[in-house]
Order: sequence, then C-alpha cells, then structure tokens
Amino acid sequence: MEIFKRVPEFDFMGKRAIATWLSCAVILIGIISIAVHGGLRYGIDFAGGTLVQLKFKNPPAIEEVRDGLRTIGLGDSTIQEFGSKNHLLVRVERSEGKLEEIGTKIKNSLIGKYEAENIIVERVEMVGPKVGKDLREKAILSIVYAIIGIVIYISWRFEFQYAVAAIIALIHDVLITMGAFSLADKEFTLVIVAAFLTIIGYSLNDTIVVFDRIRENMRRKGKTLLKDVINASINQTLSRTILTSGTTLLVVVALFFLGGEIIHDFSFALMIGVLVGTYSSIFIASVFLVYWESRSAKKRV
Amino acid sequence: MYTDLKWKIPLILFAILGSAYLAYPLKDKIALGLDLQGGMHLVLEVQTEKAVEASLERIADDIKREIEEEDYEVDRVRADIENKTVTVLMVDAIDLKPVEEIMKNHTAYLQNEGVVREGRGYLFRLSEEEETRIEQNAVSQALETIRNRVDQFGVSEPTIQAQGERRILVQLPGIKDADRAIKLIGKTARLDFKLVDESVSPQTALNGAMPEGDEILYEREENVETGEVTKTPFLVKKRTVLTGETLSGAEVRYDSDFNEPYVAITFNSIGAMIFHEVTRANVKKRLAIVLDDNIYSAPVIQEAIAGGRAQITGQFTTEEARDLAIVLRAGALPAPVVILENRTVGPSLGKDSIEQGVQSILLGGLLVIIFIPIYYKLSGLVAVTALMLNLVLLLGALAYFGAALTLPGIAGMLLTVGMAIDANVLIFERIREEVRVGKTVRAAIDAGYAKALSTIVDANITTFIAAVVLFQFGTGPIKGFAITLCIGIAASMFTAVFVSRAIFDSFMSRKKVANLSI
Repeated sequence: MEIFKRVPEFDFMGKRAIATWLSCAVILIGIISIAVHGGLRYGIDFAGGTLVQLKFKNPPAIEEVRDGLRTIGLGDSTIQEFGSKNHLLVRVERSEGKLEEIGTKIKNSLIGKYEAENIIVERVEMVGPKVGKDLREKAILSIVYAIIGIVIYISWRFEFQYAVAAIIALIHDVLITMGAFSLADKEFTLVIVAAFLTIIGYSLNDTIVVFDRIRENMRRKGKTLLKDVINASINQTLSRTILTSGTTLLVVVALFFLGGEIIHDFSFALMIGVLVGTYSSIFIASVFLVYWESRSAKKRV
Repeated sequence: MYTDLKWKIPLILFAILGSAYLAYPLKDKIALGLDLQGGMHLVLEVQTEKAVEASLERIADDIKREIEEEDYEVDRVRADIENKTVTVLMVDAIDLKPVEEIMKNHTAYLQNEGVVREGRGYLFRLSEEEETRIEQNAVSQALETIRNRVDQFGVSEPTIQAQGERRILVQLPGIKDADRAIKLIGKTARLDFKLVDESVSPQTALNGAMPEGDEILYEREENVETGEVTKTPFLVKKRTVLTGETLSGAEVRYDSDFNEPYVAITFNSIGAMIFHEVTRANVKKRLAIVLDDNIYSAPVIQEAIAGGRAQITGQFTTEEARDLAIVLRAGALPAPVVILENRTVGPSLGKDSIEQGVQSILLGGLLVIIFIPIYYKLSGLVAVTALMLNLVLLLGALAYFGAALTLPGIAGMLLTVGMAIDANVLIFERIREEVRVGKTVRAAIDAGYAKALSTIVDANITTFIAAVVLFQFGTGPIKGFAITLCIGIAASMFTAVFVSRAIFDSFMSRKKVANLSI
C-alpha cells in the first residue's frame, strides 16, 4: 500500500504567503482570547489552591452542594461536573497549611443532605502559594532550557538559520496550542506543561525530518533555487509525514476519547500539537528558510 | 555474509530476555504511582525559624539560671526573636564583670555586641553558623521523627525524604485514612507538664490581672454527639517543669472501670527523678498535661509519685489514643510543620484511571499494530515485532530503575510508541525510494537504513534533550513522564534501528530474496 504512487509535486512554497497570514491570524485569535479571558487560566499547580474531587452515588444538585459549602465558609468555590454527573470538582482558591483534611471537611458539610456513605472523596490536591510560584518558575525555566539545548544541538548539526527556523516553528505551535486552550477555557496545569514539552519534541522531530532532507538535497544539487529544493524535500518526505502524524494522532485520539477525565486535557493539547506541529514544519520552518535566504541575498546585492 | 549477526542476535536476545526477567511478573516488579494505586503525596515545610526561636529562649533561660546560681542579681535576660539577640541586664553595673566570666560558656555561638543600658547589660547576637546549624538540625530531626511515626503507623513502602533546605517529602502509597495520616505526621506533639496557678481565677487573669510568669491555656472538650467544642481556660505557670523529651515509652491502656482508653507514659531515669521531685513539692496542687499548647488534663497531685509513670486521660477513641501513643513514642517535632502541597488520590479513582488509561493505550496500540502491516506488509510485521520488543525493554528498564508507573508515564509510553513507529516509517519510506530507483533488495535495505539513520538520530536526540530537561526540572507526575520518555527513546532507537535491521538481515542470510515485501 502506498499513499503516493510517485513522489508528489505539490507547490508548498508557492502557498507560503497564504500560510503565513493564516498562522498569524490563528495566533492573533488565540492571543485575543487570552487577553479577553484576562490571561491564561492557571490551575492550582501554578495559582495555588485546593481541589477536591467528590463522587456521589446519585447525581447531586450543584446548588445543594454550594449551600453545604457555604456553611463552612467555602461558598465562593468553583463547582463543576467532572466527566459525569456523579463526579464533582470543587476548587477553592485558598490553600491552608493546617493539619486538617479539607476533603473530610467538605464531605462533613454535605452530610445531612446526602448519606455519608454515598459521598466519596476521590482526590484532594492542595498546593500552597509558595509551591505554586516555585512550580511556575520551574515550568518556565524548563521550557527555556529545553529550547536553548535544542538550538545548540540543531546549530551544531545543521546551520544557525535552521535552528532559528525550528524554534520559530515550535513557538508558533506552542502559541497556537495555548490559544486553543484559552478558547476551550481549559486550565493550565503541570501536566499541560508536560504536554507542551511533548509537543515541542514532536514538532522538532517533524521539522528535523524535513530539514534533513533539505540538507541532503542541497549537497546533491547545488545550483537549484532553495525554494525548489525545499519543495522537493517536503514532497519526498510527505508520505512519511502523513503516516507518522496519522499513527500518532490515532493513538492520541484514542487517549482523548477513552483515557478518562484526568488525562483529557493532556490528550487535547497533544492532539492540537500534533496537527499544528506537522503543519508548521512545512509551512513555518521551511518557509522561514526561504525568507532568510531572500533577505541575505538582498544584503549581498 | 552477515557475520555481524553472530554477535547481534545474542546481544538482542540478552537485552530482551534480561528485560523480561526484570519485569516479570509485572504486578510485583513495577510499582504503580500514587495516581494509579491511590495514596498520598505530601510536601511539608519545617518552620525552622520556630526552632531558632525556641533555642534562643532556652539559651536565655540557661543564662539567667547560671547567673542566679552564682548569686548575682539579674534584672532580666531577654531573647529578642526578631533580631536574634539576647540581652543580659543586671540590677547593678558592678555585676557585669562576673557575667562576662559566666558568658564564656556561650561564646561559641553568641557574639558579644557590646555594653547597653548605661553599663548594666550586654547584648549578644546569635551567630549565623549557629542559626544554620539549628535549622539544619531541625529538618533532619523532623525527618527522623516523621520516619519513626510512619514506621509505627504501618504503611508499606513509604517515601520520606528531605527536599531542598527545609522541605520534607512524604509519600504514602495506598493509604486509606488520609485525614488520620496527616494528623499523625504533622502533629508537633510537644508534651509539657506545667503547674496550674490557682492563686487567681483564670477569669480575673483574662480580664487583665495576669500574674507574672503565667499564661492562659485551654482545655478543649468536644461533645461527641453535637460536635460542640467547649473551651475551659486554665491559668498555668509559663515555666515547663518537665517535657516529653524525658519519655521512654507510651502505650494505650484501658481503664478498668469504664474500659476507656488512656495513654500510659513512662519517663526515663532523669524524667522520673524530676517528676518525683515536682510531685513531692506540689502535693494538692494541679499539674497540667499540655500537648501542643492544649491542655489534655490537669489532675490534682495526691502524693509524691516515684517510679516515673503517669497517664494521659481525655476523651479518646481507641484510634486517637493509639495515634497519640505513637507520636509520643516517636518524639516531638523540633519545630511545627505546615503542609505546602498535598495530593491525595483515593484507591478507587486510581483503579478507574489505570483501567481507562490501559484500555485506551491498548486500543491505540492495537490500531497501529493492525495498520502498519497492512501498509508495509511483511516489513510492517517486522516493525510491529520491534515495537513489541520495545515495550518489553521499556518495562524492564522501568523495573530496573525502580521507577513507578504513573498516568503521565503511560502517556510517555504512548509517545514512545509513536516515535518508534516513526523511525520505522522513515526507514521503510527510504527503502521504497531506493527500490524505485532500481536497487537490489539488499542494497535498498542498506541504503535505506544508512540514509534514515541520521534523521532518526537527530530527531530522537532533540526530543531526548527536552525529556532530560523535563526530568531535571519537573516534579512528581512530570518526572514520571520524563523518565519513561528518556528510557523509551533509548529503547526505540535500539529496537527500531538495530533490532529490525537484524531481523531483516537474518531473513536475507537464509535465502535469496528477490522481492522485498514492503
């Protein structure tokens, strides 16, 4: 079985203007969404706070739960369904270092409205403000260090402009995924940072496959236009690109639909990331190489 | 021809069988993370400044006593917590000279900052080294104490370790009663015996007529049925006559009349001596038993008690009495701790997560396993075989490093599967290209592997860089993801490049293949 009987001859570079504008537009929409939402929505990992997941035997009325929480002064908590009507997620802004289980406290406030054995505290996550700040700094640092390490490696293996192109592509991917997160009103947590680093890795993987071909073809046919070399390289690797993205997507989609609520946002980020990462290695990273060359060509004249 | 197979095949077999041995049976060899089996992840911070404060106050007390023992008149010795200083103030400036002599015992950690208050006193500052030493001590002692408590509580395979300068990480897998565990671990458990001052009523003292050297502490009583808490004030001497440091044992007993649990404590020889002394000197007075500034009981001393035994009564359930005995035996924390981070997952949620996670992976994996052979025919089967071996290697390595399998870890495995497939796709597409330009099967395979190799290496190394950074900076769940990814990348390079090649080669060495099934 083959996707293409012969090496295809799509003119990707001819579409570069449209692609650039499209990317800018999508990124802009994301940024506007983030601005409208007043910044990214941080989960408790970064903002600090307490999260309690409750499981009820029968679907509870959210208002009744809120009333119960009010009796212990937690009326302003965010309460939302989590996966099914029987699961509730209660998020409290505060995080207390006291030796008291907030889960038990919340459960006790609901006894009377519901039978004690019908409420199960499934998960409690409390992150103090100090830890939240630490984690935030660490997350940013980890992304920065990862990018630095990768730039050094690519500059060494290829040339500097390839490193710049790869980084631009992955910043593009991260921005778009962030925008999608904001549009879907999803929370930014530690696990999502892991997803972002995965996207960075994946996007690079894809970009490097194309770059590798470009490097190889440049050696072979020295005098052809860079634009044509790039087009040929993308076309030569196209069936691989489709196959790999396809199989990865297959797995990620399975995870998204069946992996359960806890891993849902993670797989959502990956799904967007894989799609955008594939697109960007063709239309952002490679296109940037063409722009770079035309600029340095002008300088020489 | 293919002579290198002679060492390649044994190497591959060794790696695979070794991994299988390490990982089998899976249930025993691979620990599940807290998110999958349920459990508690706590990060505590030792409030080391409290330990410094306590030391400073103890130093001030010691100095005062030493000066008084030499029969000089002390105005006061005051510890200033904020500035970490101790001021020694004499009634008469003449007495300052002998104080200097006495202070020689303390110069190791107190620096003389000069004369104050018209020559009546000295100001001493706690040295920074001493402060650091006290803080480090507090953390290591707290670590030890918590370890003791957890051991006595009985949790299988707990993790208790220092994190950073003043943090302690506690992981208790499979714990059911999180509430109880938190109380047990986090309770300071400072036991003090203090004499009750009955010269004035607590009410008068609260209204402002507090006798010098006294303080108000409360006895809390909870009505089991209504949950109402009543607080009874007691006026006690600030000075602690005896502390929990002198305990040699604590255990739960039941009183013979009502069968109610209480905690019987035993003092060591020094404690027993002091206890005897205190009770002898204060017959008919009340002695308050104070735990973390809460009065548990304040019995009247009927007679001098020799033998160093006492009991702590209160409204205990058996469980509470048991936990109290544990914390008393394990000793007090040198300073209070606060919880910085608490992640507790109930066992049922853990089970649900693992089932869903595993199912989705199996399904995703299955789709890939079906699809690849359809697309690449027999060569696809080779890739799938390599993929399976990749998983075996991955599990073996996880078992070897003792890394726990977490939900993000499963996601990492998934990503590895994707990368392993990608490596084979890259190789196979290259081989097809080579076949198209008319190369022989063997030449096509050689060229395909050779040309795809640099791409695969570059792609994997960049992802590896990201994974290593994640491992360095990530905490908890992210670390699990990073380590699986790191191992996975290494394993997939080995299987997708080395093993799949060896499989091809061993086919080719048996018979002449004219057409490659790819």
